Amino acid sequence: MASDTQYEKYKSDGSLQGNVLEWFDARFPATSMWRGHLSEYYAPKNFNFWYFFGSLAMLVLVIQIVTGIFLTMHYKPDASLNASGIPVAFASVEYIMRDVSWGWLIRYMHSTGASAFFVVVYLHMFRGMLYGSYRQPRELIWVFGTLIFLCLMAEAFMGYLLPWGQMSFWGAQVIVNLFSAIPLIGDPLSLWIRGDFVVGDATLNRFFSFHVIAVPLVLLGLVAAHILALHEVGSNNPDGVEIKKKKDANGIPLDGIPFHPYYSVKDIVGVVVFLMVFSIIVFFAPEGGGYFLEYNNFLPADPLKTPPHIAPVWYFTPYYSLLRAMVWPIFGIDAKFWGVVAMGAGVVILAFLPWLDRSPVKSIRYRGPIYKTLLTIWVISFFILGFLGTKPPSYAFFGVIPGAPVTQILTAYYFLFFLTMPWWSKIDKYKPEPERVTFK
Amino acid sequence: MSKECKVDCGRRRLVVATAAVGGAGAVAALVPFLSSMLPSERAKAAGAPVEVDIGNLEPGQMMTVEWRGKPVWIINRNKEMLETLAKLSDTVLDPKSDKTMQPDYCKNETRSIKPEVLVAVGICTHLGCSPSSKFKKGAEEGMGAEWLGGFLCPCHGSKFDFAGRVFKSMPAPDNLEVPPHTYLTDTRILIGEDKKGA
Amino acid sequence: MKANNMKKFLLALLFAPITAFAAGAALHLDKAPDVQGDKAALQSGAKTFVNYCLNCHGASFVRYNRLTELGLTEQQVKDNLMFTAEKIGEPMRVAARPAEQKQWFGAAPPDLSLIARARSSEDGSGADWLYTYLRSFYRDDKRPTGWNNTVFENVGMPHLLWELQGQQVLNHESHKLELAVPGKLTPAEYDKQVADLVGFMVWMSEPGAGFRNKLGYGVLAFLGVLFVFAYMLKKEYWKDIK
Repeated sequence: MASDTQYEKYKSDGSLQGNVLEWFDARFPATSMWRGHLSEYYAPKNFNFWYFFGSLAMLVLVIQIVTGIFLTMHYKPDASLNASGIPVAFASVEYIMRDVSWGWLIRYMHSTGASAFFVVVYLHMFRGMLYGSYRQPRELIWVFGTLIFLCLMAEAFMGYLLPWGQMSFWGAQVIVNLFSAIPLIGDPLSLWIRGDFVVGDATLNRFFSFHVIAVPLVLLGLVAAHILALHEVGSNNPDGVEIKKKKDANGIPLDGIPFHPYYSVKDIVGVVVFLMVFSIIVFFAPEGGGYFLEYNNFLPADPLKTPPHIAPVWYFTPYYSLLRAMVWPIFGIDAKFWGVVAMGAGVVILAFLPWLDRSPVKSIRYRGPIYKTLLTIWVISFFILGFLGTKPPSYAFFGVIPGAPVTQILTAYYFLFFLTMPWWSKIDKYKPEPERVTFK
Repeated sequence: MSKECKVDCGRRRLVVATAAVGGAGAVAALVPFLSSMLPSERAKAAGAPVEVDIGNLEPGQMMTVEWRGKPVWIINRNKEMLETLAKLSDTVLDPKSDKTMQPDYCKNETRSIKPEVLVAVGICTHLGCSPSSKFKKGAEEGMGAEWLGGFLCPCHGSKFDFAGRVFKSMPAPDNLEVPPHTYLTDTRILIGEDKKGA
Repeated sequence: MKANNMKKFLLALLFAPITAFAAGAALHLDKAPDVQGDKAALQSGAKTFVNYCLNCHGASFVRYNRLTELGLTEQQVKDNLMFTAEKIGEPMRVAARPAEQKQWFGAAPPDLSLIARARSSEDGSGADWLYTYLRSFYRDDKRPTGWNNTVFENVGMPHLLWELQGQQVLNHESHKLELAVPGKLTPAEYDKQVADLVGFMVWMSEPGAGFRNKLGYGVLAFLGVLFVFAYMLKKEYWKDIK
């Protein structure tokens, strides 16, 4: 949107505000951006419930940054023990909870926000799968999105170390040790990541730096790229129909409506509902039944005492299951390494969706029974894998069905769903896509 | 806009109403964040009043204690020191302590509760250095023959008398600050609180 | 619509209690009475805590002046409860030194500021755990302290409150605890004192919990109002769209 903008330069109506705006616009693409991204960005008029989660993800990002800024004023990334024998980092969190005015609220907003981020982002990604939002010409939006997802996982993982509780410490210890599984470079790599032989003060301080500034900057850049890429081609919709194919005399899509005011006003409703759910958790159940603030993390980190059961935070558990599914050494390399590969591949394979999906139609509304069945099973598997990830490897359903083989079967399914997609998506039945959008 | 005013006005009213409610919420949401920057319980506890026992402080002697990170001087002024105060009425900038650099109960000639005991924050009111004590009269400590005793700030040369009053024509604009304080007993002072608790 | 059905299915799955899948609970815990609304009970708990627990355990995140929220004056706190500090703004540090305790006991007794939150699990709340634990000590000559505990096997902590409760023994056939030697309090009185102590520890772990809940109602009420306005605004604008 540079000086060769398709939008006319703003001409003042003679008022003071008008003159100021005209001065500004001659030097900065303000009105041009407003029009291009809001008041004249034509989005399909049939957005449904699934389309709230993009703006909600942005809201949560803002919440995390603002609460994060204020937490950083009081938090100390120091693993050494204070006069009472408690690590300073852990004590600084309790300082925030008790001694800082309203610190408890800022802390709970940040911890709830972290979990809310993943709920929102998972639903946002699922919308993409439902409606084929990753299909041409939107492949790059989807790839940026996968990168955002990876950065989000890194951000959450590093943030979780900061309270320096038992779960923080041991979770980090386990995950960083996984890198030592990489052949040849594994051990020096882990040493380099940790900055020490075990997770300690050095690790804590660098994770603090990454969590507070490095990854957030990358995230902001990726989100900007994600939205710019979207606005370049225009939004998809629940019918998977390209609204730009049918335009009126002025070049405006027949099924398009300006994002502002229609979707700004609609998204505000979404925001308010989200804030209601968010507030219920923050004010009435901030621990989230032990899933948002894990009970074990109320104990300060003790490098000499491993908790009986280490589990990652709930939003990592499906991928943790993928990791634990790999139990055999292959090509003479430790199973540990293949676990890491599986976990990484589980995320990265998402990026290939645009090229794996060969269906002639985009949206689930016009897809056949193969897709609907396989996707349903895939979603259920994702949930079960997540559930199993919270349990020890020895867990058995109802005490009889062992979880380990189930994990392996579902892991295989997770990957096969994608790997066989080029074949079954082509042979699946489909209905003809409509010419115009529908409201269902 | 080519819409009828009726629709426009209704819409506008709704926008204003929603914005007003939302705005109120936004302002309320701002309160916790801004409040979090106020002194915490830890800061308040660290800044809590300090109790000092002056039972062993001989006349003519000075002791220093810390309160809120600042040095506080307690001087048990002898008769000679007190007598210099009246002589310096014309030499000091604010002899009657008109400017509020002390609690009301110390707005007197000795700037204290008990005439002998001065409690003052030992920080120069110019830029914050801690003045040195120059208690000896005359030129003995390099202060010149006229010097009756008091304090000299080494940074920019401001002079203060035995009541902490700043001399005229000094870089420092004010008398030394007298903190709120009260006597728990004859020999125990609580610095940081007025009488009967804040 | 298929997507709608799937949504319903997913929502159902989301809310299906995870415990339905769980294997049987490992530990049975008694339910701790909820005394958070009872200031007298919390004050009594504070007294027990300060007299029995603070000798070995710290509560280093709780400042003495916070105890005024239990309905006490600063003077009452200073006179009856403030044993390990000089100024009322100071935290409830342990009387002993952690390094020495490690030497004496093998491990320093943990700080109890957050114990009621840390001990929560699938088996029950942290309060339930503490309530059961403090009533489950029994005589065991094989242990260095002479005491063992059915909730925390081979615990290093002696039964500080044994004079109040009396001495229990473990019946190895029924696997139940029986009171062999009665203490100064009847079982019901002891349970009450423990309930108050546990209530105090729950309060300590998050003194602001009561306020948090109250504020939550206010926030939700406000958001409810905002929702009405926002929704009306949306409906108004979307009249344009067909």
